[in-house]
Amino acid sequence: MRKRIANVVLLIFVALLASGALAQSGGELRFCLRSEPKTLNPLLMSDDSSETIRYLTGGVLMRVNRLTQELEPELATSWKVADAGKTITFKLRDNLRFSDGTTFSADDVAYTVQQLMDPALHSPTGDAFRSGEGKVQTQLLSKNRIAITFPAPIAGLDKLFDQVAIMSAKSPQKEMAVLGPYFVAENKAGAYLILKRNSNYWKHDAAGRALPYIDSIRLDIQQNRDIEMLRLVRGEIDFINSVDAEYFDKVMSENPSMGHDAGASLDAEFMWFNQVPGSPLPSYKKTWFTSTNFRRAISEAINREDLSRIAFRGRARPAVGPISPANKFWFNSKLQPHPFDQKSALQRLSLDGFHLQNGVLRDREGHAVEFSVITNSGNKYRERMATMIQQDLTGIGIKLNVVTLDFPSLIERMTRTFDYEGCLLGLVNNELDPNSQMNVWLSSAENHQWNPSQKTPATAWEAEIDKLMRAQASTLNSAKRKEFVDKVQQIAWDQEPFIYLVNKNALSAVSPALHNAHPVVLRPQVYWNIDQLSLGAEVARNR
Amino acid sequence: MHLKLSGLAKLAVKILTVVLLGGFLGATLVRLAPGFGVDEEELDVRLSNESIQTLRQAQTTDQNLAVFYFHYLNRVLHGDLGTSRTLQRPVSQLLAERMPETLKSIGLGLAFAWTLGLSLAIAIVMSRAWYLDLGASLLAGTLLCLPAAVLALLFVLAQAPARLVLGLIVFPKIFRFSRNLLARSSSLPHVLTARAKGLGNMRLLVWHILPPAAPQLLALAGVSVSMAFAAAIPIEALCDLPGIGQLAWKAALGRDIALLINLTMIVTLVTLVANSASDLLGQSFHRASA
Amino acid sequence: MKWARSIAIVFLVLISTACLLADFVAPASYARQFRDVPAAAPSHQHLLGTDDLGRDRFSRVLYGTRVSLLLAPAAALFSTLLAAVVGGIAGFGGGWLQRCVMAATDLFLSLPWLFLLITVRALLPLNVSPQVSVMITFTLLGCLGWAGAARVICADARALSQSDFILLARASGSSGFRLLWRHLMPNLKPVLYAQFWISVPVFILTEANLGILGLGVAEPLPSWGSLLRELESFSTISPQAWQFVPLLLFIATVSSFHLVLTKEELAA
Repeated sequence: MRKRIANVVLLIFVALLASGALAQSGGELRFCLRSEPKTLNPLLMSDDSSETIRYLTGGVLMRVNRLTQELEPELATSWKVADAGKTITFKLRDNLRFSDGTTFSADDVAYTVQQLMDPALHSPTGDAFRSGEGKVQTQLLSKNRIAITFPAPIAGLDKLFDQVAIMSAKSPQKEMAVLGPYFVAENKAGAYLILKRNSNYWKHDAAGRALPYIDSIRLDIQQNRDIEMLRLVRGEIDFINSVDAEYFDKVMSENPSMGHDAGASLDAEFMWFNQVPGSPLPSYKKTWFTSTNFRRAISEAINREDLSRIAFRGRARPAVGPISPANKFWFNSKLQPHPFDQKSALQRLSLDGFHLQNGVLRDREGHAVEFSVITNSGNKYRERMATMIQQDLTGIGIKLNVVTLDFPSLIERMTRTFDYEGCLLGLVNNELDPNSQMNVWLSSAENHQWNPSQKTPATAWEAEIDKLMRAQASTLNSAKRKEFVDKVQQIAWDQEPFIYLVNKNALSAVSPALHNAHPVVLRPQVYWNIDQLSLGAEVARNR
Repeated sequence: MHLKLSGLAKLAVKILTVVLLGGFLGATLVRLAPGFGVDEEELDVRLSNESIQTLRQAQTTDQNLAVFYFHYLNRVLHGDLGTSRTLQRPVSQLLAERMPETLKSIGLGLAFAWTLGLSLAIAIVMSRAWYLDLGASLLAGTLLCLPAAVLALLFVLAQAPARLVLGLIVFPKIFRFSRNLLARSSSLPHVLTARAKGLGNMRLLVWHILPPAAPQLLALAGVSVSMAFAAAIPIEALCDLPGIGQLAWKAALGRDIALLINLTMIVTLVTLVANSASDLLGQSFHRASA
Repeated sequence: MKWARSIAIVFLVLISTACLLADFVAPASYARQFRDVPAAAPSHQHLLGTDDLGRDRFSRVLYGTRVSLLLAPAAALFSTLLAAVVGGIAGFGGGWLQRCVMAATDLFLSLPWLFLLITVRALLPLNVSPQVSVMITFTLLGCLGWAGAARVICADARALSQSDFILLARASGSSGFRLLWRHLMPNLKPVLYAQFWISVPVFILTEANLGILGLGVAEPLPSWGSLLRELESFSTISPQAWQFVPLLLFIATVSSFHLVLTKEELAA
């Protein structure tokens, strides 16, 4: 309760700041995208850049407030989930228009949902709504009321609409007609995009002034992070949404007021062993990797504190499991990161017949324990972590070979040939609801990386996880769901199919010229309240 | 005249054959490279198993290389260069958008490299000043030692145009070759005699030192164009210049066969045309001086 | 210029000796991480400070120099020999042979060889040692680096084959392989020398750039390439001047190689 009051006070404070910044509105906000958006169709967006465009231009029925992590009304003034999570009914705002002047009605919502759920589209956003076989029904109850019925119950159904940008059923501009604060005015391939203020945007501030305050946004495509950082320091861009630890230190040393560390993020870095029965690995290695004691021992032999302190310069926290402590509701707070304890690791290994011989760990049959870990090249942090783990494992007599591969080669090994031993990667997590990790934890899933697409669960604990994940997905009661998800976290902690290493901090850098910015953990960290951001008078005048 | 025309026609046929061969070999390399036909998107945990399977299925369309190349050539004859898989846009559109940017970079970079490289080489050979030689050699040596990324970063830090980095990458090679060629030329007996007789520096350079070195300098000119083209790939990728080089880099990382086959053909074409032009010029220079 | 040459020779001898004796000279293993002092400034224990993971930079420079100083010249030698054979034969033969070889060279220069490197790395077993992987990388670089040089050598060989002394040699009955080996090749030596010395840093840098793609020297083995990678980002170009030592050493070594060349060799 106290937390909620604090959030409300903070929101009021943000709103007051926003209205106080009226004199500084206008101008052009500038920041960088790391790559060219793959598509401008909001239903097909899956890469970071495209999702940025969707967030800035798309109008959604409701939005997860990135600060409070609560759901808030947007195009829908109210909604109701019924039929055990199968049906959701929306009441829509009246008299809204798309950026091209086309009127908005329940028809547009129905059109968007039908498009999104088209099986031929294979939209990542749409797939999140797929819980069972059958068609999605949309029923227009009136001009501004619509009911959507899914073939099976979906846990956390309402929050999924945060990702669904409503498209116009009638506009000749198709997906380019939007309901969000901005619309795409120019797209120079590979160089930049210009977004202009949507004059038909429906929101107003407390003083009755139309939002957003900033007239336009220039998004420069800039892959090079050094150049991006220099441009921020020079005042050419206004913020960097996600900053690496090294750059963050640089920002802090030059202008501490620019750096924002929101604490541990939802993203996790982890490693796993290949447990695919049909992989081309020697059988003795398969025996190692499928042994819980072996995985636990490796986990205990890794110094996570050092990984956080050295590889991430203190801007990360030792990870616990699949759900980050930043996910306030769903995290199982009874769990702690596995401690660094090489003695205990050796004891666990001895249970499986491993023994040290002249400083080299050998298995029961006398094979020296040596394996490789692949990771994607060019990622400094993963390379550093792998090198540190390499030294940690020498402490228990294991030789680790670190192999960096470019992403396509890595994915081919992970998903096609299964010709690898260990892999170190990370998971970018945008969503709070554990349902979003369904395709990782179900043993039948393609992204169940240590042993994907199993016909029947290979182990009892995987069967148990399957049962629990399905149970949480078909329950509407949050407390009950939390109970199931806590158990999944406990099993993941005990069995360690993924050896979780660290949760990176959510770091961002914001120019003092940008007002009302309150970076948070959830994406998009800096511009989550884009319609309330404003530029300092001088910057706004000069752009 | 007739002979010249038939010679040019032969050259055009040769260039066309090599370009087509280049395209095929380029496509073969991409096809055989690991990671062909996989998409990073597969790791998106929101995607259902069916969507991942469909995504994989879609990547298998270009698996048969011979069929792909045949279809590609057929499409090219109808004016269609195909569609980029990673950027989801027609290749012709991508090339038209990005080519001017690369041509600007290469033009500026080569002009800078040749002006600096050749003038320093001439100054050293004519003045025979050891300190100038040492200074220029150290500059060229240092530039050769700096990774392109560091050089690009220094330019960004100095707020200098990133395109000049291309010039600085090509400069040491032009300087070294041209200095060595001119030095050799200037030590020829007839040049020494002319110098001893007190012939003016300009006459000595234009009439006696440059002509013997001209064929190799022209060969170098051809090579420098392809060197600049090759250097444009990392520089454009590092400095975020939206040109052909950046496109090639992205295509390579994404195993975008449609894009890469066209880019390989363009690079082959530029290399061949530049080199053939320098050879032809060199030969005519030779004939004229003979 | 004699003094400069002498200094260069002394420098090269010193650095070669130091890196060959790295096992005795280096204060620590190149792989050992002193985790209490990451990115530390120079001290008695760590003469050049430590890198991001706390590894002694002086030791890494010594071992890295050994790797690069042995393997880059080997790759350069291999590629120069290939270029000499291809360019020499094409230039000497002239006519259709020259045209065919040059067309093949142009083709070779245009192909995206990056994929071959990726393919070879992917075909290697994952548990291959860093030492073997670095040797394979340099061998591949040697195999792929000959084309540009071959063009220049071909132009030179063509000019030489039409020169008076070759005509004289032909007139005196020399022909074929003997003419190529005894008369043409010795006169190509200066160009080959220049090409060799130019290739050495190019190979080192290529190895550094390949490292970014994960195709260079595998961790924890250092090379000049991996040491220079430390300077590839704005965040690491800091007031810590000692970070530039590998770069300065690299420049000094390569420059020394050039200064060692005699005046005649330089003129080539």
